[in-house]
Formats: sequence, C-alpha cells, structure tokens
Amino acid sequence: MRALARAWDSDVVYSFRRTPVAVISAAILLALVIGAVFCRWIAPFDPYDLASLNLMDSFQPPAFMPEGTTAHWLGTDDQGRDMLSAILYGARLSFVVGLSSVLFAVVVGVVVGLVAGYVGGSADAALMRLADVQLSFPAILIALLIDGVVSVSLPIAMREGVQVYVLIFAIGVSFWPQFARTVRGSTLVERGKEYVMAAQVIGLSSPRILLTHILPNVLGPVLVIATLSLGLAIISEATLSYLGVGLPPTQPSVGTLIRVGNDFLYSGEWWIALFPGIALLLIVLSINLLGDWLRDALNPRLR
Amino acid sequence: MAALLEVDQLSVEFVTRRGRLLALDGVDFSIAAGEVLGVVGESGAGKSLTGAAIIGLLEKPGRIRAGQIRFDGKRIDDLSPDGMRGIRGKQIGAIFQDPLTTLNPLYTVGRQLAETIQTHLPLSDADARARAISWLERVGIPAAARRIDSYPHEFSGGMRQRVVIALALCTEPRLVVADEPTTALDVSIQAQIIGLLKELTREHGTAVMLVTHDMGVIAETADRVAVMYAGRVIEIGPVADIVQRPSHPYTQGLMDSIPALDRRLARLRQIDGAMPRLNAIPPGCPYNPRCPKVFDRCVRDRPGLMPARATRAACWLYAPETVGEGAHG
Amino acid sequence: MVDAVLQAENVTRRFDVSRPWLQRAISREPKQSLRAVDDVSFSIAKGQTLSLVGESGCGKSTIARLAVGLYPPSEGRMLFEGQSLSAARAQPELRRRMNMIFQDPYASLNPRWRVRDIVAEPLRAFGILTGRQAVTERVGQLLEQVGLSARDGEKFPHEFSGGQRQRISIARALSSEPDFLVADEPTSALDVSVQAQILNLLRELQERMQLTYLFISHNLAVVRHVSDQLGVMYLGRIVEIGPGESIFSNPRHPYTRLLLDAIPDLAMTGRARTPVGGEVPSPIDPPSGCTFHPRCPFANARCSAERPGYTIDGAVSVACHAVEERRLPPRESTAGLA
Repeated sequence: MRALARAWDSDVVYSFRRTPVAVISAAILLALVIGAVFCRWIAPFDPYDLASLNLMDSFQPPAFMPEGTTAHWLGTDDQGRDMLSAILYGARLSFVVGLSSVLFAVVVGVVVGLVAGYVGGSADAALMRLADVQLSFPAILIALLIDGVVSVSLPIAMREGVQVYVLIFAIGVSFWPQFARTVRGSTLVERGKEYVMAAQVIGLSSPRILLTHILPNVLGPVLVIATLSLGLAIISEATLSYLGVGLPPTQPSVGTLIRVGNDFLYSGEWWIALFPGIALLLIVLSINLLGDWLRDALNPRLR
Repeated sequence: MAALLEVDQLSVEFVTRRGRLLALDGVDFSIAAGEVLGVVGESGAGKSLTGAAIIGLLEKPGRIRAGQIRFDGKRIDDLSPDGMRGIRGKQIGAIFQDPLTTLNPLYTVGRQLAETIQTHLPLSDADARARAISWLERVGIPAAARRIDSYPHEFSGGMRQRVVIALALCTEPRLVVADEPTTALDVSIQAQIIGLLKELTREHGTAVMLVTHDMGVIAETADRVAVMYAGRVIEIGPVADIVQRPSHPYTQGLMDSIPALDRRLARLRQIDGAMPRLNAIPPGCPYNPRCPKVFDRCVRDRPGLMPARATRAACWLYAPETVGEGAHG
Repeated sequence: MVDAVLQAENVTRRFDVSRPWLQRAISREPKQSLRAVDDVSFSIAKGQTLSLVGESGCGKSTIARLAVGLYPPSEGRMLFEGQSLSAARAQPELRRRMNMIFQDPYASLNPRWRVRDIVAEPLRAFGILTGRQAVTERVGQLLEQVGLSARDGEKFPHEFSGGQRQRISIARALSSEPDFLVADEPTSALDVSVQAQILNLLRELQERMQLTYLFISHNLAVVRHVSDQLGVMYLGRIVEIGPGESIFSNPRHPYTRLLLDAIPDLAMTGRARTPVGGEVPSPIDPPSGCTFHPRCPFANARCSAERPGYTIDGAVSVACHAVEERRLPPRESTAGLA
C-alpha cells in the first residue's frame, strides 16, 4: 500500500496525471486492449468460425444507417463477417504480433548491445556492422524476404500454423538494431564507471556483472524506444497483411480487413475499409502519444 | 572606496512541486574595484549559485526571491535577459571550472576570441584578430600567432584554461566571476594559472570574485574572504584574519581540518556531521548542531553578521551581550 | 622483503593507443603504444601505508589497477605475499583479501542497488556468510563501523552525500575482510572537512584491523598524514621513494621540490613561490633521457640523453643525475617545513 502511495507521488506518475494527452491516450488504449483481450466474450460473433458465416448477411451497413440493424453495429463485410467482431479479433492479433515482435527485438537487441559494449574490440565491430547492414534495408523488405523464403520452403499444410511466428520474427528482426545501438552506447558509459570496477575487483564473472550491474542501468531508454516501436510494429503487421503476405485470410487482422474493404470503397460499402482504418489509427496514435509523453517524462533534463 | 558590486540580502529559491527550497538566504557582501574577494564554502553552501545569480545565469526553477544586486550603483538583478546580455561579457566576465565545456569544440580559439571581442567592441575583423593574438600572448600561450587557429582539443588542460582567461578578460571587464577556475587542473598548473589571474587583474584593475573550496588558493590570491555555509555568509573579513585568526567556529573548524603540509598529525582535526541539506536547515544558527561552542541562544535565534574581533561573523558568541557577560569567547 | 604484502618488481604496463587499423593503413602510421607505468618497483610491508603521488599522466591510477590485479603487467611481476598476483587472484581465498576504494563517490556505487546489497555483495560473492539474517546483521555492523547507521542499508546511494558515499564504499571494501586495500584518490572529490573525517576513519580502521594500504593521491598535504612510505611519480616512473618523513623534510628530486613548492601557502609566510613553467608532457611521446629534463632547472646535457638510475641516499631512492653527481643545491629553507 505504501509502495502504491509512493508510486502515485513519483515524478513520472505526477507528470502523467498532469498531461491530458497522456491520460486520454491511455484511456483509449486501455479500452482497445480490454476489447482485444476479452474479444471472445465481448464480440457478438466469432469471425473465424467459417461455418457461422452467412453470405446472405454480407454487405450489411452499420447500425446508424437507415438499412442497418443493431445485430451488426459496424456492418458486415463481403463474406458476412460482423465488422465489430472482426475488428476486435483483428486488434487482438495486432497487439499480440506487435508486442511479441517488439519483445523479440528487445531481447535480441539488448543482448547484442550488452555484449558489444562490454567486450568491445572485434566482436563489437562485427556486431555493429551487422546492425548497420540491417538498418540499411527497409523493414518491410526484410519482412517480405523472410516471409517469402519461409513460405517457399515449408509445405503448405504447415504454413498457416507458423504464419504468426514467421510474422513476429520478420518484424522483430527489423527492430533489434535500434535497441542494440542504444544499449551498446549506454553499456560503454556504464562500463567505465567505478562500480563495475568494484565488481571486477572481487572477481565476479562478466556475464554476472552484465546482468546484475549493467543491465538495470541501461534499460531506461529501451522502454521509451520499445513503446515507440510498438506502434511501428503494429503498422508493419497491418502493412504486410494489406500486401497479402501477413496473416492468412482466415485469421484476418486489421490490415487484411482494410485490404478487403479497399475493393469496395468506391462501390458504396465504405464501412468495410473505414472502421478497421479508424481502429488502426486509434491504436497506433494512442501508443505513439503515450510513448512521446513517456520519453519526455523520463528525460531528466526536461524536468 | 566605492563598491563596484553590492550583493544586498540576496535570497534565491527553487520552486519545485514539492515546495520552495531556499538555497540562498540573505547573502550580503560587496566587492570594491580592483579587489579580489574569495568566496569559500563546501559543496552545497551556495557559492556557485551566488556567482550564477550575479552573472544572471540562474537556471529555472531557481529564481531571486528577495534582495538586490547592484553593479556600479545600478540594479542588475531585475534586468531583462537582453539588458543582462549587454552587461555580461562587457562589464562582468566569467570563468568557469571546466575549460573543456567552456570552449566550443567546433570553432578555433581565435574565432571564439574574435567573436567575443567584436560583440562588445566596434573593431574590424583584422583588428579583432590582432587583439586576440595579443591576448593569447598575454596569457602565456607560446607561438600565439600560430596557435590562434587551433581548436580547443589541440590544447592541454592548462593551456585551455589560459584561453578561457583570455576570453573572459579580452573585453576588459570591470569584474570577473571565477568559479573554481583551477579545480580541474594539476597542482603545478594551478599555481601558474592563479599567478596569471592575479597578475592580469592587478594590471587592469579588474575586481575578481573567486569562488572556490580550496583555501590554499584563497590564501594566496584574495584580499578579502567571505565564508559561506548553508546558503549564507557566516564570516567575512581580510584574508589574513580569516585564515589565521578566524572568529566563527565553522571557519575555525574548516581551517583546522585542512591537512597542514608542515607536520604530520596522528589525527586530523575534523568537524563531525555534515552541512544540512536545503530542506533540513535547523532553526536559529544553521551551524548549531555541529558547533562545539553552541549555547541556548544559537538554537533559537538566527545571527546576522556582526563585528567579531578582526572580521565580521554571524555568531552569537560575538554579540555585545555575550561578550559583555564574559561567559564565552 | 619477508613480510611484504605487495611487491612490484620492474613493472611496466603498456597500452595500445594506435588509431583504428584502417586509418593507420591509409596514412601509413606505425602502431603507437603508451607506457603508462615504466619500470616501477616498490614493496609494502604489512600494516604500513605506501602512498604514490603524482599529477595527471604519471601512471598512479594504472598502478592502482595493477596492484589489485585488474590487468597484468606487460613486463615485470606483481607479487602478493610472495606469489604471483595473478595466481593469487585465481584463488578465491586469496582474492578476497584484497580490495579497492575509488575516487568518484558518485560513480562507485550502483545507483540502482540498495546500500545493503552493495555492501553485501563481496560477502555473498565469497560465501563468507549465507542466510539473509546473518548477512543483514553483518551489513549493519559494517555500516556502523564506518560511521553510518544500520538503517541506512535500506536507502539508495543518491540519498547520501559524497562523504557518506565514500563511507559506503569503504564498508563494501571491508566486507570481504581484506588485509590489503588500494585507495585510489579516496578523498579527492570530497570537501576538506569531509576529507578529514574519511582520512581519520581510514587510519582508525588500519590500526584496528592491521590493514595494509596503497594510497594514491595528487595531494601531498593529505599524503603526509597517512603515509609511512612515499613514492613520487612522473610520467610512469617513480622518481623518488622512501620514508615519508624523510622526503618531506628533505626532498631531493627536483620534481618533488616542484610539487611541494606548488602547494599554496596557507600559513601565508610570504614564501616566494616560483611556479616552474611547462606542463606534464604527453605520455605517448615522452622526452628523451630523464623525462623531467625540459622542466628541470638543474638539467644538463646528460639529462636529456641518458635515463637516470636510482641513487640511494639513506633510506630514500632518487632517480636523478644531479643527485647522483651531487650537484643539486640544498633546498632553501622554506617556512614551516620541519
């Protein structure tokens, strides 16, 4: 209880309370996350259950339009799928893929950065050149490449199952260099400090020093970059799905929905593209705004 | 001698969301033209803050809460940033501790000098450059005409600090605020730099406010000394008296704890405890928890500066009543 | 020496400061190395303090790290109680008997760890005590020993002042129950009154626990009060070494005299201070012969050509041609120096 009270009073939380943008973004994000996590109970239909789809229901407009019904608040798509449910399930996929890929990138990036910064020398040079090479390729291109290679090399039956993991890997791989560079820089700074030398004097092993002493001190910027990367990761996933190389059409993510809806934008069924688009916008915008606030709140110089 | 700089009951506070912290509380001293005033104190006593307030470089959330700073009779603490900029550099120069961060690494030393000169004096490029070279020679940079086009990182630490001195003095200011100018330098270089500062300031009649924690430097350079503790001046007087016959118990303790070079002691004299933090300054005299001569008045009332033998000290031991009683002191 | 705790025998340490190989290949530069420590020998007896004094670039920090085994010498040997230091460090039982106190109180404690964990780390690493209760008690004792309170273990380093942090550092160093401590400028970052407290504390601990110290400093006044033996260093070499009081009462090497003269005169006796000009040259490209010759008022032709060996004068060794040739004038009596 006392810990909570102290946290409430801390500088970061205080800054949060006083920044309307942060509070609103957090509220929107929270609503979206709850909707995504509990989609199985909140969504009126199960959009993945192909058996429940009724082509007769297709192209229903949203409820607030004259021909709409309250059965489908946001209308249905070309296959009769309820848009609201599809968006909720799609949002869940977006969060899962986004968070997982960022987590993957953080783990790889932090490990590489720690090793490069602490060991130095040719290991450092090699790892950083690898990061540099990777940074010169656009993330989407890398993801396409990985996806293409995997699709070709796996039998079709396996493909659908691993698609999500391939996607997570492909997106995560494009983000690790940023983390590696930042962590390497911080590690170089911390390595020269005397508390590290004190640990070396008593003979602690390098991995132990890295993990217990250096890691806690280099994680700060990682949190900020991770938050900002999350928005990018979600957009990357949506882009890949939009391009048709992301998630399979039977598990539509928000990006797939937008692609489907794209074909119908001019023929009158605008809601199929618009609502997923708005959902994506809200997700990424709230994450980015929150990330911006966090970066400023954690920056000691601005306080 | 009319005072060039007067600091009159200056109080500086920091306004944070946790409350107001009083960092300087009624600081009061003056500097006459051509005089060197040493401002001594330990970390957190407020000496650098005083220097910053005088130059007008007080950083938010610090602000002047009360008191005045007068330069040549006119108030400067309430000037606009533009007004202050006119004075800073031309009339009041500054020397900071770390020459590496004072000098811009991207520009040559000559360019920085010339730029400073031309900002405050209407000289052509060629004349400014000539003056810059002559200043480099005055501060003892060998081959000045060649080194003028070197970058700061091409100089050693001591040379860099000489350049900084040239930078501060090239506009011939009437007052220089020097904040720990020798602390980052080796001992043998310190002696050279202090000597240089003394020589040049005597030559031009420049007053100096020398802020430092190093009593040795003060003993050799200052004419008068102000001792600061917990945001106030607790003793002020001529340097010989402060160093050899200090009146305030804190100054006495400070002088005693300096390891003497002339003999070896089994145990150094020490002052127990530590200077109070800004948010924990005790009532009455701020030194009372550590003072070996504390008595009941010290805990109740805060003393102002009062005549104390050869100096002025903020200590109840020297109040006429106490002295009259003959109880202490 | 039989009861020497630490010995250095002709220790040299070089660092490679060449530019990256690509740039060197392009501009055809040779590899550059820096001799931070150059043929240094000394020995510290049990329970004694050897102080090494010098200015920037003299190699004292490098010696501090060599003495505690953070890296090996390029040439020569470091011996701990008669055996090779690196062999000693490979054995945890010997390694725990040496520890170090650092200069910067703000960088020597991990800001994210609580004080009790910082102080307990050597205890845990060497398995001296196990069990939370025992460790907490011991940490409390150590904190009290250095003048803090046991309750301070709950706090973080940023809640303490510079002097208090140095005490925490000392408590940490003591927790491995060492016999030998290297103190690398432990008071240079502290205010004068706090410095007195820390120096007194270090001496008390030495007397009580029979500790042996290697004390590094640039401040001769401080060093006078803590040393038994004193070594003066310049550009990686020891130029004068011997009993502290002998050197203070009769400094022989011109650089030692320069250092003593450069100290401001607090007693204000009006002692004539003639600061010797020049600065410490870069250690990458040191002057030939005796490295001090460009700044030395007594240098002659031999000094710029030939490196001086050690002349023994009583208990003091001096590396100076002028001393060897007995042409060094006696020092003008300066007020206050006994």
